[in-house]
Amino acid sequence: MKNSLLAADKGFFGISAAVNGEKKELSVRNAESLLDALRRHGWKGAKKGCDTGDCGSCAVLLNGKPVLGCLVPAVAAHGGEITTIEGLGSVHNPHPLQQAFVEAGAVQCGFCIPGMILSSKYLLDRIPDPTEAEIRKALDGNLCRCTGYVKQVEAVKNAAKRLKSRG
Amino acid sequence: MDAKDLNVVNKPVIKMDALGLACGEPAFTDDVEFKGLLCGKILWSPHAHARIKKIDVSAALKVPGVKAVLTCKDLPRVPHTTAGQGYPEPSPYDTYTLDNKVRFVGDRVAAVAAETPEAAHEALLKIKVDYEVLPAVFDTFEAMKDGAPVIHDEEDSKNIPDAKHNIAARFDFEVKNGEWFKEADHVFEHSWKIPYLQHCAIEPHVTIAHFDNSGRLVLRTSTQVPFHVRRIVAQALKIPVKKIRVVKPRIGGGFGSKQEVLEDIVAALALKTKRPVKLEYTRKETFVSSRTRHPATCRLKAGVKKDGTITDAEMEITLNTGAYGSHALTVMMCSGSHTIPMYRVKNNIRFIGRSVYTNMPVAGAYRGYGATQGFFAWECLMDMMAAKIGMDPVEFRKMNYIKLGEGSPVFKAMGEGREGVEQVITSTGLFEAIRKGTEEIKWAEKRAKYAAQSGPIRRGVGAACMMQGSGIPEVDMASATMKMNEDGSFNLLVGAADLGTGSDTILAQIAAEVLGIKTDDIIVTSSDTDITPFDVGAYASSTTFISGGAVKKTAEKVREMILEVGAKILDQKKEELRLEGGKVVAKDGASCSLSEVANTSLYYYNQHQITASASHFAHTSPPPFQANFAEVEVDMETGVVKILDYVSCVDCGTAINPQLAEGQNDGAVLNGISHTLSEEMEFSTNGTPLNASFRRYKIFSAADTPPLRTFLIPTWEPAGPFGAKSVSEIGINGPLPAVANAIYNACGIRLFDAPFTPDKVLAALKKRG
Repeated sequence: MKNSLLAADKGFFGISAAVNGEKKELSVRNAESLLDALRRHGWKGAKKGCDTGDCGSCAVLLNGKPVLGCLVPAVAAHGGEITTIEGLGSVHNPHPLQQAFVEAGAVQCGFCIPGMILSSKYLLDRIPDPTEAEIRKALDGNLCRCTGYVKQVEAVKNAAKRLKSRG
Repeated sequence: MDAKDLNVVNKPVIKMDALGLACGEPAFTDDVEFKGLLCGKILWSPHAHARIKKIDVSAALKVPGVKAVLTCKDLPRVPHTTAGQGYPEPSPYDTYTLDNKVRFVGDRVAAVAAETPEAAHEALLKIKVDYEVLPAVFDTFEAMKDGAPVIHDEEDSKNIPDAKHNIAARFDFEVKNGEWFKEADHVFEHSWKIPYLQHCAIEPHVTIAHFDNSGRLVLRTSTQVPFHVRRIVAQALKIPVKKIRVVKPRIGGGFGSKQEVLEDIVAALALKTKRPVKLEYTRKETFVSSRTRHPATCRLKAGVKKDGTITDAEMEITLNTGAYGSHALTVMMCSGSHTIPMYRVKNNIRFIGRSVYTNMPVAGAYRGYGATQGFFAWECLMDMMAAKIGMDPVEFRKMNYIKLGEGSPVFKAMGEGREGVEQVITSTGLFEAIRKGTEEIKWAEKRAKYAAQSGPIRRGVGAACMMQGSGIPEVDMASATMKMNEDGSFNLLVGAADLGTGSDTILAQIAAEVLGIKTDDIIVTSSDTDITPFDVGAYASSTTFISGGAVKKTAEKVREMILEVGAKILDQKKEELRLEGGKVVAKDGASCSLSEVANTSLYYYNQHQITASASHFAHTSPPPFQANFAEVEVDMETGVVKILDYVSCVDCGTAINPQLAEGQNDGAVLNGISHTLSEEMEFSTNGTPLNASFRRYKIFSAADTPPLRTFLIPTWEPAGPFGAKSVSEIGINGPLPAVANAIYNACGIRLFDAPFTPDKVLAALKKRG
């Protein structure tokens, strides 16, 4: 693993990371953000809303914690575990959080939603039964301009119930 | 027909694209890969006003990987407007894809296409521009004076009413019934101000220009107006419409900013390089070089009698359109046409509107479209008048608002860029909206309780009422096509541009209601100028009302065709058949499935494709109505205003999808709240933007957001599809006045200048003493 990092060739580095549970060798550009690298390699779920770490639409989980993909250098993910929205569930088998966002009507344009769902995932991993204030705090870094956050908060509450009953 | 007879409409059907979006499916403009994609970048002006004497691009062209550098010399010089409106647009033709003059900090100078972002960036740095810096003007009132710098001094721009005084648009209107203010017991006159505000769609403006396998230009773009993009790009680059295809994938929000046609430059880069090119605005570029809301000064003078009769009203609005006149006339006219009819004015009405060029960023369409600026003034003045005559502000509004069956001379006199249409109110739930709102906010109880307060924390409640339109009458047109498949499912092709609003879903609900099926059996495609029929696009609160009307007509035609075939299959009279539960059902109970109908038509008998198209436009624009109520807390020591509760009661006719309608309103209201307490674009004295980022231009987050409560007040609009009116824009108009009025109730200060930041609150408190 160390060697692949050192084998920088023409501004590219090889890194290895587990993306959505699968081990991957990824070439990343010198100074490339994790967001750009993921998108270049085909994970389009994380979005570029500002590229300055302010909107949260690029959020992914790195070793279980949400990070802003646009601020984290891709090389920092070397040896780590990355979860993108694609890794949480799919249209064929959605995660309860994805299902809850859909059912609550929380998805309008949907551009901020992957980041918001991953922030919610991190919240529910730590606090299975959050208060409304805790939900709002957890979503604080994910800006949305379409909604009033009303239905996202409701979605997280519903998902918490569903996950709890599922055990 | 009544809402209780509906099976699919007025139900919270799940938004059809929601699951894919929640799972991160590659749905947006930039989520697909193109082989050999070049990166496009634009060189922006560092000066507010300058002539380009010389541009040397030789060094830029030598940067490895650079494929093209365009300046104004490389492009046809075609005056046009970037406003995506019906043709011919009422906006001035004052914009050129690239020009030899720059008119604001952030104006286009040159464009580059390169193999990598790094190469494109390096090329921008190596373009040598020799500017002749010109005097600039940033204030609308300064700009109108004799001798002010003339921003559009070029000969070839068209439809500028007074270029020498920088007037991009003007409109005056008067109804005179006697002497001005003669009957008034009290006359009020104040001015309200709104600053530069940005839409902040989370997806920035992004377009990929590429070619199909016959060499036609394809624009995959984040737009609200695919058909206007096709027309205006064809016009600006002098290429035939037939050589352009515009594809609108999923859009990451627009709010009016994507009603602007900025795709010409990336199209030019692709045409030059014969390669696919992506142009994605950075967040900073989106703030500065896309579009903004029109900053406004709205002077309102009105007279009132002691009994509550409004005698006269004079509204003078001065909008800052920035460097170009996109939407200059229409936003200005809507600031009056959407507000003045709200209340009966007994004698005289005057509207004086100006949109003025300055060397500032370009204003365009923004949710609310002038009504936001107008209602801030109107609804605050209503509160002031009520206070003066000792009437409850809610009762004062109830006495004066436009009632069912009533019209206004303004409807006919003021359209969008031209004369409007005569109309009367054919549905209104405002009375019930006010009743519900006062009950929810506990109006009477709190007004009494907050009347006498002391101490550092004061509370107050405030109200505002407003209206909007539903499409532009006799201007907006939409069409739809449906075709039937073997399994009894349908393709619904619409030009209507779902930009995250859920219009695909509600249009499917309308079709499903007509055809007696579920929305699962409808596959919606929106929008692709090669495939879907024409629609003006998503603006002017038109989609539900106008595009919905087209879909309803289309589905009705398809229903007739299905019944024809069903009559043959069942050997019954067509008139005795109906569609229900995915079947053709006869009075005697005999039935056949839609799949049988489709297969019969496609394969067995009198073979034909069951398909239809229909178009729709409207002769009226029935207003939705709202009553909004805010409860606030003012910290007298810090000047911080906190919203404790916000109630909005919404009459949008029949909500085609109540869940999505609530979502639309929540979003509009929060955007308005964010305008009220936080948002303002700041500039240096030479017009350089200072806070063009989400870090420094603060929009509300989940944690900032106060409790928002939206209540839908059902009415039935006879002109709308299944009784529907519009819902998307109106909610943004309420928070500024409702919160201003609540602040007055809390601590007796009137705020006239948005946003209501602590410094302004403290200054007003100090002034009051």
